[in-house]
Amino acid sequence: MTEAPLLTVEDLNVVFQTARGPVHAVRGVSFELGRERLGIVGESGSGKSQTGRAILRLSAANGRVSAKRMEFDGIDLMTTSEKQMRDIRGARISMIMQDPRYSLNPVMTVGEQIAEAYLIHADATRAEARERALEMLATVQIRDPETVYNLYPHQVSGGMGQRVMIAMMLIPEPDLMIADEPTSALDVTVQMQVLALLDDMVRERGMGLILISHDLNLVASFCDRVLVMYGGRVMEVLEAGQLQKAQHAYTRGLLNCIPELDHHQDVLPVLERDPAWLTE
Amino acid sequence: MIHVEDLFVTFGHGPTEVRAVRGVSFSVAHGEAFGLVGESGSGKSTVLRAIARLTNAWTGTIRIDGTALSHRRDRATARRMQMVFQDPYGSLHPRHTVNDILQEPLQIHGIDRHDERILGALDDVGLGRELRFRYPHQISGGQRQRVAIARALILEPEILLLDEPTSALDVSVQAEILNLLVRLRQAHGLTYIMVSHNLAVVAHICERVAVMNRGRFVEELTADSLRSATPTDAYTRQLIAASGGYDRELARGIVTYE
Ligand SMILES: Nc1ncnc2c1ncn2[C@@H]1O[C@H](COP(=O)(O)OP(=O)(O)OP(=O)(O)O)[C@@H](O)[C@H]1O
Ligand SMILES: Nc1ncnc2c1ncn2[C@@H]1O[C@H](COP(=O)(O)OP(=O)(O)OP(=O)(O)O)[C@@H](O)[C@H]1O
Ligand SMILES: [Mg+2]
Ligand SMILES: [Mg+2]
Repeated sequence: MTEAPLLTVEDLNVVFQTARGPVHAVRGVSFELGRERLGIVGESGSGKSQTGRAILRLSAANGRVSAKRMEFDGIDLMTTSEKQMRDIRGARISMIMQDPRYSLNPVMTVGEQIAEAYLIHADATRAEARERALEMLATVQIRDPETVYNLYPHQVSGGMGQRVMIAMMLIPEPDLMIADEPTSALDVTVQMQVLALLDDMVRERGMGLILISHDLNLVASFCDRVLVMYGGRVMEVLEAGQLQKAQHAYTRGLLNCIPELDHHQDVLPVLERDPAWLTE
Repeated sequence: MIHVEDLFVTFGHGPTEVRAVRGVSFSVAHGEAFGLVGESGSGKSTVLRAIARLTNAWTGTIRIDGTALSHRRDRATARRMQMVFQDPYGSLHPRHTVNDILQEPLQIHGIDRHDERILGALDDVGLGRELRFRYPHQISGGQRQRVAIARALILEPEILLLDEPTSALDVSVQAEILNLLVRLRQAHGLTYIMVSHNLAVVAHICERVAVMNRGRFVEELTADSLRSATPTDAYTRQLIAASGGYDRELARGIVTYE
């Protein structure tokens, strides 16, 4: 990379205090991100979401974050003031949260919520915000944007809720997007269209994208590089195109669990975890 | 075992009316697994919710073993038919232990031998007995989904309605849950209707699959023809093409079917 990276994370650790002792959720994670698509994969509980949240300083109150360095576009994310952090969130770094239904306001229509997200960062009238929100709904492939604008979160399907979240996070045109399982509730054709939209933001606007996903095949085909996490650690970093040829037993184990359309197995292999992965 | 004829579901009135399901008919034999796939918002969850009578905005006929269902949920059919929901986080009460969650349906239906049944359900889904008194936030996502399946199984239903039972799970837990669903169907002779946007998952579990678009079935096919990519409908072919991973050119060429 010739230009300075957009995001540098060095030796990130997140520890939660719980009644039964500390939980070390993220252990010494380091990576750099340019204006590219970086995938994070790994089993449930491996620390993917907590890595994303720590970057935005959105870890839960019982969590303590430490890092040798965490820098976004020249800004030290560890020491910058809470006020400055609030300006960065949403406007410059957006995060699409894993569970859209929890993140949306249940008593406000989905359209108003997208318009609101636009108004916070743009100098625009209500009518303009409404127009932009309708455009955004169409951009994320929602049919009948006019109807859906007026629906409440419990009235939209799982995949529509997820696209509403994506629209809200894209509307301020952030420089860095952390997308946590953004397409897990979408059918494959809509998923492909939404990914193409994120792809355009990276290629045309130079946005940096961190895509957290369980779907290894999707990440392999969409991203530039992939971070494989286990037990809070990075097991390996691969060129996305090389994911299928991964050597680490954990990555191979994950790949083997996936049912394939063109090849039926009566019983799917399950992951055999090796404690040595945490110490090697 | 399940016969659905001319099912329509409409939400709201006037300008905000949503015709979520528009004339769907299908049958599922005893012990069969039937899959529903298709576009987001095409009405898949709504079909399951109508059969489970979690909504009463439907018209048409739903028969179970020849008996037409009324719009009101009655206990006897509710017991024979259980649903596992799309959202594993939202469907378990956060302040109830696993034990409370499994006990509740037994209490509602006035069923005895709680201890024995709860331990049996935990064993059935491969959950250790040490998890019995934990809260949902103290177990992993995959374990939570097993609790949701155990809760559905504890009333010994004949029919399971499964709405995206694995889409929120990582691939290793997904493999465990899919193996479990295959084993339970064999062991208890269960009948499944399963919704998933993952074609490989649906083909793994189901013998037959219906493809939905805009509230209608566009095609019904066997899992084998889904696998060998020989469907006749253009929307289904597009769905299969898009299952192969991200492809920028393919994304540009995606067509909307009315
Ligand atoms: N507030 C908290 N207190 C204690 N432990 C926590 C807290 N939040 C998260 N954890 C733990 O941190 C670990 C990492 O969680 P994280 O949400 O990052 O996993 P993930 O890789 O995103 O998993 P998934 O794929 O299931 O979303 C888990 O073991 C989780 O239980
Ligand atoms: N309570 C409601 N009020 C109004 N509209 C509703 C309600 N519930 C569902 N709908 C609408 O019905 C349609 C079908 O929704 P449904 O949840 O069945 O879709 P789905 O096929 O399961 O989609 P997904 O794959 O995204 O979960 C959607 O347009 C949705 O907005
Ligand atoms: Mg997560
Ligand atoms: Mg649904």
